[in-house]
Amino acid sequence: MDPRARLSAVSKTFPAHDGHDAVHALGPVDLDIAAGEFVAVVGPSGCGKTTLLETLAGLTRPSAGTVTFEGRAVAATVPPGIGVVFQEDASFPWLTVWDNIAFGLRRAGVPADEIRARVNYAVSFMGLAAFAKAYPAQLSGGMRQRVCIARTLVLQPRLILLDEPFGALDQQTRLLMGDELLRLWCETRASVLLITHAIDEAVMLADRVGIMSARPGRFIELISTGWPAARSSAVVAEEAFGRLTARVWSKLREESLRALGRDAPESTGP
Amino acid sequence: MRNVAKVQLLLIFGGIALLELLTRAGVIGPLVMIPPSQMAEHLWDMARAAELNAPLSQTLANVAIAFVLSVGAGAGVGFAIHAAPRLRRLADPLLASYYAVPFFVFYPLLIAIFGLNRWPLIVIGFVFGTAAMVIATLNGLDRVPGVLRKVARVHGLGRIEEIFRVTLPAAAPHIFTGLKLSLAYAFIGVIAGEFILSGEGLGHAIAYAYDSFDNATMYALMLLVVALAIGVNASLHVWEQRLMARRRRA
Repeated sequence: MDPRARLSAVSKTFPAHDGHDAVHALGPVDLDIAAGEFVAVVGPSGCGKTTLLETLAGLTRPSAGTVTFEGRAVAATVPPGIGVVFQEDASFPWLTVWDNIAFGLRRAGVPADEIRARVNYAVSFMGLAAFAKAYPAQLSGGMRQRVCIARTLVLQPRLILLDEPFGALDQQTRLLMGDELLRLWCETRASVLLITHAIDEAVMLADRVGIMSARPGRFIELISTGWPAARSSAVVAEEAFGRLTARVWSKLREESLRALGRDAPESTGP
Repeated sequence: MRNVAKVQLLLIFGGIALLELLTRAGVIGPLVMIPPSQMAEHLWDMARAAELNAPLSQTLANVAIAFVLSVGAGAGVGFAIHAAPRLRRLADPLLASYYAVPFFVFYPLLIAIFGLNRWPLIVIGFVFGTAAMVIATLNGLDRVPGVLRKVARVHGLGRIEEIFRVTLPAAAPHIFTGLKLSLAYAFIGVIAGEFILSGEGLGHAIAYAYDSFDNATMYALMLLVVALAIGVNASLHVWEQRLMARRRRA
């Protein structure tokens, strides 16, 4: 069976302009995301993680290689069935929470009754029921991000792309949001690609963790976590969690130093 | 804020009362200025005698046409320039120095081209109001977060749909500033044009009263123009506040 999404030898070079040299941002990378699989990607700052996500979404054209979603090539448009949650606040400030979440459904011409049911469900699921009529300016950053997540999820995408969606949240909220994400994922069995800079978050949530090199970003290793499908943030208590986190960090450490322009020291132990 | 508003009102009414006092006491002579109460009284008489209907409707119609044209052309040009960075580099310095050009020196030329009718007035109001709308549109478009455009693309919105459902609402606060400025400039352009050379309108009526030493009429009409400008701007302001209140922190 075809994977839900596939990147084959994808690379991206941003052409030179205004006196800046061309930047080879990404690749070549290969990645298959199976139906219902949760993949997290970690990597040093500026390694092309966001470019990877935007290429997969059809927001950026790859310079070389092919991207497919459900067997069809992804070109200059975002195929239906892919949902994206961005790092920045992307809520519409002129719409209420409820209307923000209903935005995509209205556009897709879903019947009004169904929109009401789906949005109401998403609103309560994301803990926004008391704020359905509020505007984003009245919410905290974390709640606004939940609005954006809900706006994506009500469309029931089969591939959810998350670009550091919890980046602006404090640690305990991140863990709770991670739990919610796992709950949603278990329920919908959508495929998920999560870009994050938090190693523990990647290890806790994903079936596989992809570690990227410094720019141009390539996968150094894809580590399978081996968690059961039905799981929660409780896995942080497992002995394997510490082992996996340490393994990801040891790989990532060298690359992060390289991204900072420094060589990894030979040894760090006593 | 309440106190600030009180002080502002006090200053305005205090100023009016002071003028009333000085004109009544003869410190300011009747050939220079008449008491504000007489201005209002005379304006009321003119209104009852239907003397205001013609100049008022002429001026308001000209301002309205100039304003609508300014907003349409200004927004259109703003979108076009924003979409073409090269054109932008060319246009930016021109826009920045636009209001340094004394357009009224071209007013006689406009009369020569269009004849002595409403069109030179509308054109000068339009020329005056358009650049403000272009600049406000560009400002608004510059400040639309790139991520909202991406959200539009993820939701499969086309170019036109993106403009109406995402770009325009996101840029609305700045575009509103453009509307207010355009209206004010269209007002200034039309009335000043009428003042210089025209056979109709409020500006013309004020100039005519001035030339014929009819102080009462002149001041009554000036009061009307000021009240109009304040009234129109205040109603736009209230509308803007209503629309924008929800977008600010509660």
